Amino acid sequence: MLDFRLDEEQRMLTDAIARYAEQQVRKVFRDAEELGEIPVNVLQAGWEIGLLPTMIPEEYGGFGDHSAVTGAVAMEAFAWGDLAVTLNLMVPNLVAIPVLLGGTDNQKEGLLPEFCDETPPHFTAALTEPVIQFNPHKLRTTAVRDGDDYVLNGIKTVVPLAGDAKMMLVYASEEGVTQAFLVSAESDGLKIGARDKLMGIKALPTYTVTLENVRVAVTAKLGGEAGIDFGRILNHSRVALGAAAVGMARAGYEYARDYAKQRVQFGEPIAHRQSIAFMIADMATDVDEARLMVWEVAWLLDQGKDATHVAAVMKQRIDNLVLNVADRAVQVLGGYGYIREYPVELWLRNARGFATFDGLTIV
Amino acid sequence: MINFEIPADLQAQQQLIEMVAKQAMRPYSRQLDENEHARPKVFFDMTWPFTSNMVRSEIKALKKQLNGANGSNGSVAVKDKPRVNKAILALILMIEQMSWGDTGQYLCLPHPMLGGAAVNSAGTVEQRIRFLEKFSKGEPKWGAMAITEPGAGSDNSSMRTTAILDEETNEWILNGEKIFITNGKLALDESDGLCVVWATVDPKAGRAGIKSFVVEGHTPGVTIAKQEHKLGIKASDTVALHFDNVRVPYENLLGSAEVRQKVSSKGFAGAMKTFDASRPAVAASAVGIARAAVEFTHERLAEEGIVPDYTKSLHEMTAVERDLMEMESRWKGAWLLTLRAAAQMAHGESNRLEASMCKYRAGEAVTWITQKAVELLGPLGYSRELLVEKWMRDAKINDIYEGTRQINQLIVARSILGYSRRELK
Repeated sequence: MLDFRLDEEQRMLTDAIARYAEQQVRKVFRDAEELGEIPVNVLQAGWEIGLLPTMIPEEYGGFGDHSAVTGAVAMEAFAWGDLAVTLNLMVPNLVAIPVLLGGTDNQKEGLLPEFCDETPPHFTAALTEPVIQFNPHKLRTTAVRDGDDYVLNGIKTVVPLAGDAKMMLVYASEEGVTQAFLVSAESDGLKIGARDKLMGIKALPTYTVTLENVRVAVTAKLGGEAGIDFGRILNHSRVALGAAAVGMARAGYEYARDYAKQRVQFGEPIAHRQSIAFMIADMATDVDEARLMVWEVAWLLDQGKDATHVAAVMKQRIDNLVLNVADRAVQVLGGYGYIREYPVELWLRNARGFATFDGLTIV
Repeated sequence: MINFEIPADLQAQQQLIEMVAKQAMRPYSRQLDENEHARPKVFFDMTWPFTSNMVRSEIKALKKQLNGANGSNGSVAVKDKPRVNKAILALILMIEQMSWGDTGQYLCLPHPMLGGAAVNSAGTVEQRIRFLEKFSKGEPKWGAMAITEPGAGSDNSSMRTTAILDEETNEWILNGEKIFITNGKLALDESDGLCVVWATVDPKAGRAGIKSFVVEGHTPGVTIAKQEHKLGIKASDTVALHFDNVRVPYENLLGSAEVRQKVSSKGFAGAMKTFDASRPAVAASAVGIARAAVEFTHERLAEEGIVPDYTKSLHEMTAVERDLMEMESRWKGAWLLTLRAAAQMAHGESNRLEASMCKYRAGEAVTWITQKAVELLGPLGYSRELLVEKWMRDAKINDIYEGTRQINQLIVARSILGYSRRELK
């Protein structure tokens, strides 16, 4: 039966995340953006909430089941605090969830327990490429079979935390199909380049990575011989990004709403004017609409149904909605919206990114 | 727990209604659009057994509730789980599917409709049984609601229709003029239906004086003043009603004894509560047209070899493919907002904010989607050979009735800002 209410477990989880986001993330996010660095203790506290272990089955050291719906609910709560912090916290997911969804038993046994420790493993993933016409289904990075090895060649960009990574999941095209390979950061031919300079999410260090004849054993291919269903992984990523967009949009909406009630011009709060109040009503509706669309895709994935079409439609709508909400938040604040003392300009820069973030996080 | 599953029995219901839509509605759409005020007889005949059955089971449940409340059956049912009102979801789904068929015809469904929503929202359990039971048997009947007046559109509280109590006969005497009443003629003139009329018992009391009264079919003193000629939904009759010393029994005032006290805002609250149920219904109707337009545009373009592939990157998509995707995404967003408001009702939760949200977003979405469909289909989209141009005209009403887009935005804004009518005008 249709129901859009969180269950008890989800409520407890989001309450814990909301407390963390408000009491820790919101205290540091603005400085983190300016400095390009998030305080280690804040990241550690976020990891200790323990979202990822709740998605890993007991047999691999976790204590839960993977649920995209719960993941989406958690993601929204985290991203309300800050997007860069959230993406940073979820970097381990970039390996854990694809392994969970598409890894062989050996790969699961070898890797999943690492995500259930007190500190996160230094794993990341490389999907995005520095080209205008980027399409995750048509990668330019290639994987060619050579005896018992695969040889990888290509350039990746926006690889989060690559500077500290010990291992990365590299997506490459094998005969036109996107596959993923577990590559040691120490591999010959793998070069971690300069840190990327992005419009937003500046607190998250991301890098451009070059692969030149990087050799990995065939066992490094995720899912073994058969490989992965990349479409499914992408759908899960779109749920995560969509949920993060909802969280950030909600932050912008709430900030603009509260500001408009306090800002007095012509003797009364600007929220008394329909031109402002209607923008805020639209923002609230946008946030709710976006959330329902994310949840639907997540729910379909949890039911084991193919959600590729629905996820693509959702992504298109949400990329627009989050940008719209963030833009209106700046507009409601007027001149104050444009200066960096206030957070809304940051949210606008982050919001535009969603159209390009495919694969940057996953739940 | 978050769940998007429509129960299996309701899915089966949807398939049945889809058949009705294809066989009894779509084939008559054009003809009924070109002959305004003609009656969709095939649709009446096909749906009355179904709707009367729906009302019959609702009445049965109400009677059980009444007996249970009085303790007359001697036992108190103990249930751990809160009761889920599946009937409300069934109604919302039915409206979506019928509007997919033809909105003009759906609007003249032989069913209590808006009148029923008002009786259910403002009436006592006894009143609900008394007034609605006739919709479960006999000849087809229609329900209507009269709230709008020439000088009182969105501003319902300035209505001038009066209800004066004749203490000798214990009857209310209604006088005034009501406009834009869907099914008013079917309900009062062409069947033994009913119309819920909102009127003031004390014009000086403002909102506090406003109450609702059930006027039954063929009551003397009611005349059909005018049948409107409209942009769309031409199969649906929209009339102006003139009330000239119309007498109704004292018990036809909807609500508890408290409401019947002269000055109490409970009466007006009943009108507003009606909207909590009727706005998701209008949103569902909008979404039904939107889905029809999305599906039809896809089908026709596929015949031309244009089949969108949503795994393509934006660079590989044509402008038309991107438009198609946006049509679909706006439709989906509006539908999910509507389902949420319906689920809240089904679970017995308050949904005033969400009802307004889904209503205005769905009206906005269907207006854009159907206008886009005409554009994408070019000269064929504009031609009266196809139904798309009709859907565009039909769709627009959803952006207007049951509160315009702007009134609903205002309600949403006041609610989330915590403002009164005085603070946010």
